[in-house]
Amino acid sequence: MSKKEGQIRIPSGCAIAAVISREGRRMSGEKIVEAMKPMHARSNGLGGGFAAYGIYPQYRDFYAFHLFFDNRDARKDCERYLKENFEIVQAEVIPTRNLPQITNVPMIWRYFLSPFASVLVRENIREEDLVSRTVMTINEGMDGAYVFSSGKNMGAFKAVGYPEDVGAFYKLEEYQGYSWTAHGRYPTNTPGWWGGAHPFTLLDYSIVHNGEISSYDANRRFLEMFGYRCSLQTDTEVIAYMMDYLLRVQKLSLEDAAAVAAAPFWSTIENNPDPKERQRLTYLRTVFPSLLITGPFSIVLGFNGGLMALNDRLKLRSMVTGEKDDLVFIASEEAAIRVMEPEAENIHAPAGGQAVIVKVKEGAY
Amino acid sequence: MELNAKNLEFRELNRQLRQGGSVFHITGCCGQRFIAAGMDGKTITIEGIPGNALGAYLNGASIEVLANAQDAVGDTMNDGQILIHGNIGDAAGYAMRGGRIYVKGSAGYRAGIHMKQYRDKVPVMIIGGVAGSFLGEYQAGGLILVLGMNRGGAPLVGEFPCTGMHGGKMLLRGDVTGIRFPRGVCPRPAGEADLAEILPELERYCGLFGYDRNQVLDAPFTLITPDSGNPYRQMYAAN
Repeated sequence: MSKKEGQIRIPSGCAIAAVISREGRRMSGEKIVEAMKPMHARSNGLGGGFAAYGIYPQYRDFYAFHLFFDNRDARKDCERYLKENFEIVQAEVIPTRNLPQITNVPMIWRYFLSPFASVLVRENIREEDLVSRTVMTINEGMDGAYVFSSGKNMGAFKAVGYPEDVGAFYKLEEYQGYSWTAHGRYPTNTPGWWGGAHPFTLLDYSIVHNGEISSYDANRRFLEMFGYRCSLQTDTEVIAYMMDYLLRVQKLSLEDAAAVAAAPFWSTIENNPDPKERQRLTYLRTVFPSLLITGPFSIVLGFNGGLMALNDRLKLRSMVTGEKDDLVFIASEEAAIRVMEPEAENIHAPAGGQAVIVKVKEGAY
Repeated sequence: MELNAKNLEFRELNRQLRQGGSVFHITGCCGQRFIAAGMDGKTITIEGIPGNALGAYLNGASIEVLANAQDAVGDTMNDGQILIHGNIGDAAGYAMRGGRIYVKGSAGYRAGIHMKQYRDKVPVMIIGGVAGSFLGEYQAGGLILVLGMNRGGAPLVGEFPCTGMHGGKMLLRGDVTGIRFPRGVCPRPAGEADLAEILPELERYCGLFGYDRNQVLDAPFTLITPDSGNPYRQMYAAN
């Protein structure tokens, strides 16, 4: 029998894209699905996925869990576990379309959850930590159940297949979000499975990643000390947890988190003419040496109210940005941006390690 | 011959280019890869955004792109010409061994990585704007020229230019005082003889893109060549 991911290691290539409205204007998933088409050759049909923000306004106060189940028993067990700590406000099958291109479909469910106040008090735990712990427990310990989305008013949608087919499968044209990210996967040596597709998420953080990081184990070992469990052995998973740790737990700014993940070379820091900047970069490299990501990557981090795009410091993967009115576009290739907006302006390739941060107007999401 | 590339897959686009005709005008191009790969004897104008590896292994064909181009333009090209009216992505002219790449705008990372030359095969890359980091990485031959026109406050080249350079030459126009070159190369002000050597290429470039030749020449040029002795002595072993 072929092994699943987590039992073997899979390097990957990939394509990424994103679009966000700085005004918080919501748009259907059609545009982002279209954007993946000219980049078809960057994927090989073994994974595609999307993250969408602002899609569940009617449930905005509840954690939206998206889960894959192998069978009914796994679902029943998992629901029993969820009910220990959460009120299940709504439980439903995520609507999908039957497509010949998408096969071996697991059971795909969505739950809107509210943590019990009594549990939070009894265990003296913050609700985000309870959610994070719940995700880790299910993904590491419950066979046949996998949480692939757990944030508020956002959701990830992923599958084995080409991204444009995955978008059609999940009927993304029926969702309205102010921010969308997308991924097409090109793993090698893989039987592939649904949980291994991008985005990887925790709470409202989502990561789509093009590349192959060589610091995976160093990063993983560090994060395990803080309760994160990397159950898939795919490099991208560790980046999602790293961002949760740096941004939510350590409360770093996005700029500082970027300087940790894509820290400049020591020689580059030494040659920086600004003494304050030298001090900041030296401090971050010294405090978080185990969270430096080495090897090629271009990522888009999604979160409630914004996006951050980042390349590795050597820029071993491509990334282009563009703008039009309130929209900002990010993609592995300019062609993808031109599909979303033929008249896109300010086409720019950010330098390695230079974070591109886009935030939605306060109060508009 | 008019060729509408809208919704055309890259294999089909290249098949139509290979079949009959020598002059093509492609419209609606959007991300198709490997356009004109390995071709000779064709003249191709492209509207839209060509995909990665445009003109890879090009063997004499002439390509003109009216907008930007993506990554790996002219990968391993042998002969011919690629004109880009906008900017180019990363790794342009990767291992190029002949022909010309002229860019009106700027280049991404690793332009001219591992360019090489042999006897009369001397590739030329001219970048009108600025170049990203690792310009001319492992350069083994050919000429790379960066003009820095209309660059505003942007640095002429990014970090680590000429890393591992061991052949060919690079010319940078304008002030290079802030640029850190590796130990294995020798930057020096270009003299009259150095400039006379590149003048035919430069004039041709200016003519094609409408740059003013005199304005381009009215700035200091720096010539960078590898340290010809034994530039990487003792890097890996006593040698």
